[in-house]
Amino acid sequence: MDPKQSPRRRFLKNASAMAGLAVGATRAASGQTLKSETPKADPKDLHAYGERSRFEKSSRIGSLGLWPPAAGPSRDYGFRTPLQNSVGIITPAPLHFVLNHGQEPPDIDPRQHRLLIHGMVDRPLIFTLEDLQRLPSVSRLHFLECHGNSAMSAPNRALRMAETATVQDTHGLTSCSEWTGVLLSVLLKEAGVQKGASWLLAEGADEVKHTKSIPLDKAADDVLVAYGQNGEAIRPDQGYPLRLLVPGWQGISNVKWLRRIKVVEEPYMAMMETTRYPSLRPDGKSRWFESEHGPKSVITRPSGGQKLPGSGFYEITGLAWSGGGAVRRVEVSTDGGRTWKDAQLQDPIARKAHTRFRMDWNWDGSEAVLQSRCTDDKREVQPTLAGLAKIWGVNMDYFQLAGTVDMGNFNAIHSWKVNRDGSIRNVPV
Amino acid sequence: MCRSNTFVLMMAVAACAVAWAQAPSYNNVGRSPTKEEIQVWDIAIGPDGKELPPGNGTAKQGAEIYAKKCAACHGATAEGSQLAPRLLGGKGTINTLQPVRTIGSYWPFATTVWDYINRAMPQGQGGSLSANEVYALTAFVLFRNDIVKENDVMDAKNLPKVQMPNRNGFVPDRLEDIGDMKKRGCHGGHCP
Repeated sequence: MDPKQSPRRRFLKNASAMAGLAVGATRAASGQTLKSETPKADPKDLHAYGERSRFEKSSRIGSLGLWPPAAGPSRDYGFRTPLQNSVGIITPAPLHFVLNHGQEPPDIDPRQHRLLIHGMVDRPLIFTLEDLQRLPSVSRLHFLECHGNSAMSAPNRALRMAETATVQDTHGLTSCSEWTGVLLSVLLKEAGVQKGASWLLAEGADEVKHTKSIPLDKAADDVLVAYGQNGEAIRPDQGYPLRLLVPGWQGISNVKWLRRIKVVEEPYMAMMETTRYPSLRPDGKSRWFESEHGPKSVITRPSGGQKLPGSGFYEITGLAWSGGGAVRRVEVSTDGGRTWKDAQLQDPIARKAHTRFRMDWNWDGSEAVLQSRCTDDKREVQPTLAGLAKIWGVNMDYFQLAGTVDMGNFNAIHSWKVNRDGSIRNVPV
Repeated sequence: MCRSNTFVLMMAVAACAVAWAQAPSYNNVGRSPTKEEIQVWDIAIGPDGKELPPGNGTAKQGAEIYAKKCAACHGATAEGSQLAPRLLGGKGTINTLQPVRTIGSYWPFATTVWDYINRAMPQGQGGSLSANEVYALTAFVLFRNDIVKENDVMDAKNLPKVQMPNRNGFVPDRLEDIGDMKKRGCHGGHCP
């Protein structure tokens, strides 16, 4: 079941090889046949910090499917996670999706980095990274997802709607890690939040000093000031050395390179939250601060662009998640949603984390449409496209017609069509 | 502690605020910042504009600064280029399938314009403009969107009073209603 490479994908690999970015792709690939002479590995010490096998090629792609990412007003320094190659629930940090709105990650010396907590507090405080690492820590599994992930509208549109799309193209703006840090509530308690405060403002040390307003209720619940990702320091493109982790909420809230938290009375209506991230309704009104992701899932294998070599046994597997809490149930359909069966959920099933699901399947060689449906522990169910249209009060064709309407938290059930020849195609609608 | 205690979580937010106001638990971790340290970083401007610094500027003054420091990316006429988005136009498009979100057609608060120019512009040199320059550039962009007049003086007092055309284009309308997702009727990742 090798992913079938499209000419575009081969181009991407070549282009990235030329750019010297995808290390794995730069080396000559030779077949592992008995008599072939496999070129010797790089003499560099691979023991101090290990590398994956040079035969593993799984890579991120640009968020708009282009490499290098597009220039111009719609440029987004962003990368998609290759979910089609994912196993388990942890996204390796080098494959974690990135969306930095065109900004390169700042190069921060952790010894110089500070976190300031001030505003409506009794005791303004400033912490070094070392200070924060002295405080009681927690490690938690949490997914992150861009609010525009899998939406049919621009700027995803071309990539998302292609029949040849892979799950990286359609859903690659979500990833899951084990995050380690200090609960923000611990820091706020140290500072002493004053009466009348109900929001906080989180600010990064990046070029545009990205700022996001977050209700204090959420901070009291489960927000982390994280310095660790999957057992090591957070990567630069994930906010090294410190980021906010706002479990279950749109990626934009999870401020990277965190340098400041100001406790305030009301939301500050910063640039991103008021002008880029509200979802437009057809009547021209915008929903702002939608924040929490709903229940969602997608089958990662078999999925778009892959090919089944013949009829017989296959495990259907994928990822499910919800910003509302833990995944309670995932159902899988192989007949386009006419009948459903419960999939097995793989432990651990963590709150606001990717959850791996599996189901045995014997493919009889006929056409099939694979779907998955997630229910979370608030009993919220992932909608069909028709269901989502109903929630939004629009006709179904609205999702396709909308040219530049940025649709947030799109979580409709996704379909992969298995053709008789075993090829698997994206069903855009 | 608020986060882990179900009982406390179920109580009013006020209870959390009270719990947060207790004495610190961790001895000698972190330190008090100096006033100067806070001042240097405390750049955010909220919608009521109370943090706006002294200074002022008009669109007329802003035009000169714009030509020198902004036009290279946003275009001589502020209609954008390959390098940066357009700063005007889009009027009447927001309720169509091809909405053009600009400062004039979409941004709900003039204070956000000031804040963003101040913190992030020009690209790669965020924080380099003086308060007067930021007031003048904000006035210029607002003038080019027919929101203020060419000689209107923008300062800490006037800027927050500027009524943006799309201020009423958002739900919920009132800032104090934004945080309560339940009251807003949001569930399953969607708000009405």
